[in-house]
Amino acid sequence: MPDATFVYSIYIAQSPETVWKALLDGEFTRQYWGHENVSDWRPGSLWEHRRGDGSGRISILGEVIEARAPHRLVITWADPADRGRPDRRSRVTFDIEPIAEMVRLTVTHEDLEPGSEMERKISSGWPRVLSSLKSLLETGRPLPTWAGQ
Amino acid sequence: MVDTDLVFKALADRSRRLLLDRLNEHNGQTLRELCAHLDMTRQAATQHLGVLEAAHLVVTKRRGREKLHFLNPVPLQEIYDRWISRFERSRVRAMRELKQRLEGMKSA
Repeated sequence: MPDATFVYSIYIAQSPETVWKALLDGEFTRQYWGHENVSDWRPGSLWEHRRGDGSGRISILGEVIEARAPHRLVITWADPADRGRPDRRSRVTFDIEPIAEMVRLTVTHEDLEPGSEMERKISSGWPRVLSSLKSLLETGRPLPTWAGQ
Repeated sequence: MVDTDLVFKALADRSRRLLLDRLNEHNGQTLRELCAHLDMTRQAATQHLGVLEAAHLVVTKRRGREKLHFLNPVPLQEIYDRWISRFERSRVRAMRELKQRLEGMKSA
């Protein structure tokens, strides 16, 4: 069975630069994602997705593959427990395209193991995260992203 | 901005909901694959997919010469956040207040 791919897309009334910063800056990501994204965002560097509850626990980590501000970010994505399992490493691409006065942010998550726990988590997670990001960037307030989870 | 009307109009059709079901079962299909097990002509499916794409419920990606269709549930999440998560939020607040009251009683 081929690896699973998911594509999520949202329109946000903001500049590409602001959306880019909102994906990379831990202060921003903590507000709408509940996690801090930490890296120097250079190709080849590691990135970490740390819980924003003060524990600093790493939920996801990976490598920066491509970072072309403010249009395209490609990273790998893995549970820290699967560190020695390249077969469980997936890949996330963020595409930021300006359209009129807005941007279309598209998240492509590929190389996922079909039926895996990670597939289940990301497919309920991305819509929440993107909707909360949009709310933060358009109204100044994030949504309770993980309420009811 | 995707007009909410477009989302509801797109969903108000059985064939289009079937197409979304097919993508939910198996994401990233070509037009040919989508038509294979549906009682739908290629032309009708193309039209329906156009409506779903305009509502942003389906997004497409090119892979080589193929055009793949993906289910994008984000507009549905936005609808949920607009009308439903508000209630979740007040439930969370009520639970927090209850917890504080109970803990206050304990320390009093």
